This record gives sequence, structure tokens and C-alpha cells, in this order.
Amino acid sequence: MVRNKRASKALKGTYLALVLAFLYIPIVVMIALSFNKSVSRAEWTGFTFDWYAKLFQSKQIMAALRVTLEVAVVATAVSTVIGTLGAIGMHAMNTGMANVLVNLSYLPMTTPDIVTGVSLMLMFVFAKVPLSKWTMIMAHIAFDTPYVLFSVMPKLRQMNPNLYEAALDLGCSPMKALGKVIVPEISPGIVTGALLAFTMSLDDFVISYFTSNTDQNLAMIVYSAARRGVEPTMYALSTLMFVAIMALLLLVNRRSGLENM
Amino acid sequence: MKRSWYASPYALWMVLFTVVPLLFVCYYAFTDAAGAFTTANFTKIAQPMYLLVLWDSLRLAVYCTALCLLIGYPTAYFLASRDFSRAQSLVVLILVPMWMNFLLRTYAMMTLLEDNGVLNTLLRSIGLPGFKLIGTEGAVLLGMVYNYLPFMVLPIYTVLKKMDYSVIEAAEDLGCSPIRVVSRVVLPMSIPGVVSGITMVFMPAVTTFSISRLMSSGMVYLVGDMIEDYFISMNNRNVGSSISLVMLVLIILSIGFLRKVDPDNQGGGLW
Repeated sequence: MVRNKRASKALKGTYLALVLAFLYIPIVVMIALSFNKSVSRAEWTGFTFDWYAKLFQSKQIMAALRVTLEVAVVATAVSTVIGTLGAIGMHAMNTGMANVLVNLSYLPMTTPDIVTGVSLMLMFVFAKVPLSKWTMIMAHIAFDTPYVLFSVMPKLRQMNPNLYEAALDLGCSPMKALGKVIVPEISPGIVTGALLAFTMSLDDFVISYFTSNTDQNLAMIVYSAARRGVEPTMYALSTLMFVAIMALLLLVNRRSGLENM
Repeated sequence: MKRSWYASPYALWMVLFTVVPLLFVCYYAFTDAAGAFTTANFTKIAQPMYLLVLWDSLRLAVYCTALCLLIGYPTAYFLASRDFSRAQSLVVLILVPMWMNFLLRTYAMMTLLEDNGVLNTLLRSIGLPGFKLIGTEGAVLLGMVYNYLPFMVLPIYTVLKKMDYSVIEAAEDLGCSPIRVVSRVVLPMSIPGVVSGITMVFMPAVTTFSISRLMSSGMVYLVGDMIEDYFISMNNRNVGSSISLVMLVLIILSIGFLRKVDPDNQGGGLW
């Protein structure tokens, strides 16, 4: 019986190891190749940082990096404010109205990305708004905000409702009570929501691709480069993007724990 | 000012940037280039050539979902079993790639499978002939499974982890064989997670456009690629909209169907 158990554990372990290998071998190979001297994927001719240097010399990639960061920062800031206020407002609403809004927030999560992308593109084109990083920002705010909302809502539900009432009774104006009582109580949710929004924004390709024409973000650069074939500078770029997303996720995770991910 | 008013900027933004754009899709789908009402866009995409692309997309998405379930279910089950003291870190390891940009993951996969890529070089170095991988349907399928597998593992794992372990022990005590424990106890209880996983894999798989384009260098053409072409290169937004609308309706219908299987949404989405 004991031997049986040990055998089954070994079997399970091997299976999990195989799945992990499947998931990680491509990533590891890509990171290794970003340091490979040779352009060819077939041989290892020595260690180099050349591809990283090339990356930082490329005007196109640096411009894309700027667009990516600008869009992520602005979209995160706006969606954090709108989303937090939205959560506070919905918390104070009657259930019927709040349910309508919650369902509205699920809409961008259930619509396929490509349909969201083309639908926004249609609206912008119809309104004759040129497709640039500004339209990209508007689109990003639309898909970022629900993440903020859903991070803040549970914190509001956990909050003691009497605290707000007490502040009002003690002479706080509603605005002041909001700033002094509610926001500090829910701030962990706000920060988590903001980090999630930032990650989503950095990571987005499909919606950005359809909502911006003149400005490209990094993911769009990766796509157009990948269509031309494989280039080592793209490995370097991918490695850096991978590391950046990992760092952000570690931050989010340390805050919220994996269960809430 | 009432506190519920704080939600108005949010409501306004969501209506303006998610509901209104979807109405534009409907509008464009039912009009021609001049803006007059027509159903010609739909009769056009009912032609065999278009239906074949739709069929290919559905077929590949179904294969991909089935493969993810086949590989992902045991993964989630083993992770949730009590055999591993470090199971929590293993779960994190399996989920991490989910957060990596899917283009980067696809790009990494391309590197392995190219004609002069890592896999073929390895094969040749041990004297075996290389394979033509990029450009085949198998490569697209592999790229899709690689991208979406964690989305299947997570919801199943969540449901299995919440399961009351004493139920399994009771079944064992009452003489169930391990296979029957899985088929009679574990599987029925994990249905919500399976439904949620199927939704999260099938939905993006059926509308993918870049994975197919990159993994097949354009040889495998799916609905997502068609939508991209109509909007970006052909600039025919009316036909593009009608395809998008059909896809959207298809997905809403399948979500509705899956909700029926799991009415309480116990599997929970990612969020």
C-alpha cells in the first residue's frame, strides 16, 4: 500500500514536470538566444549583450516603449479614479441598479478582444477621431476599469459601514468623510486594482492593434517583427518584457495572494 | 450629492466605450459602403469559402479545448491532491506563463519549430531528418494549446482545491477503487471548474488571429485573420463587421449554454 502510494506520487510528479517543461522550454530557449552571438538559432557561438544594445539604439523600439509606458500610466491613473469612484457609488446603490452596472462591467470581459478592438475602431473612425495613442488610451481605460472596480468592491463590502456614518455624525462633510475614512480603508484594493490595470495595459496587443494607427506599442512591434521572421533583438525585447511583467506580478501577488488572482 | 452618483463617470465611460462601439458593429454589419441598409454582407459571408474558414476555426478551437482539458485536468487534479508539500509554488509556476504576453509566447514557440529552428537543428544533429512544422495545422494547434493551457488548469484547480477531501476518503472507505473515486466523486464535483475552463479556452481560441498567422506563416487562415484582413488591409469594414457580429452572437450563445450547465457560476472566472 505504501509502495503503491509512493509510485503514484512519482507518477504525478513526472506528469507535472512534463507539463512544466512544455510551458517553460520555449521561454528559456528564447531568453538564452537573446544572449547568443550568432543570428542563427541553430548554434551557440558565445555570450553577448549586443542585441540588448541594438534594442536601446533602435529609435522605433524606444518610441514604442514610450508609447507603451505613456498609455499604461495615463490609462491606469484615469481608470483607478473612475473605477474607485464607481465602486463607492455602486456600493451605495440599491441592488437592482448595481446589478445592471456589474453586468455592464462583465461585458468587456466576455466580448472577444478582437471584437472589442474592431468595435472601438469603428466608433473612432465614424467620429473621425484619428487613431493614435489617445484613442489607444481611451480603449485601455475601458478594459482596465473593471479590474479596478472588482479589486475595490470586496474591500468596500468588508468595511464597517458605521465608520462612515460616525464620521458624518462627528461633523465631517461627505467629501471629507470619503477622503479621510473610506479611501484609507479601501486603499489596498485600490493599489491592487491599479497594479492589475497597469499590467493589463502593458500586456495588451489585440485592442491596441485596432485602436491605434500612428503610434505603436511594444506588442505591436513584436507582432510586425514576428510576421517578417525571427530576429534576435526581438528575443532581447521579449526577455525584458517578460522580466518586467514578472516583477509587476510579484508585486501584485505579494499584495493579494494567489487565491484572489 | 448622493454617494451613488460617484458611479456616474464609470457608467458613462462603460456605455460610451463598450456598449456604443458594439452598436456600431451592428450598424456597419447591416449597411453598405454608402451607409444604406443591406443584408448583402451576410449573404456574402454565407458563401462556402467563408463558411469553410469558420468551420476551420471552430474545429481548431474544439481540438484545442479538448487537448487543454485532456492535459489540464490531470495537472489540476495532481496539483490539488495532497501529495506535494510545495504544491502552492507549483501552481504559481504553471500560472505564470498565462501572464506573459501571448505574442511573446507564440514567438518563443516559433523559435523552437522553425525550419532552421532549435528542434529541427537538434533532430539533424543526431542524424534524423528535419520536419516541416511551421505552416502546418499541427503547429497552429500546438501554439494555441501552449497559450491557453493555464486557462484550463486554473479554474479546475480552484474547484478541486475547495472540494471537501473527506468525501473522497469516505468513498475510499466504502470500497471505491481509485478509478471509481475519480469518475463518481471527483469528476461530477469539478464540473463547474471544467465549464469555466472550457469557456476561457474556447472563447479566445475561436477568435485568435495572430497565433494562426505566426505559427503557420499565413497557411492556416482562421476567422480572426479574416476579421483582421477586412479591417486592416482590405478596409471593408461592413463585411468585417458582419463577421464580427456573427462571432459575437456565437460566443454569447455558447456562454448562455455553458451557464445552463453551471447555473451558479461556481467555477468562477479568472476574476
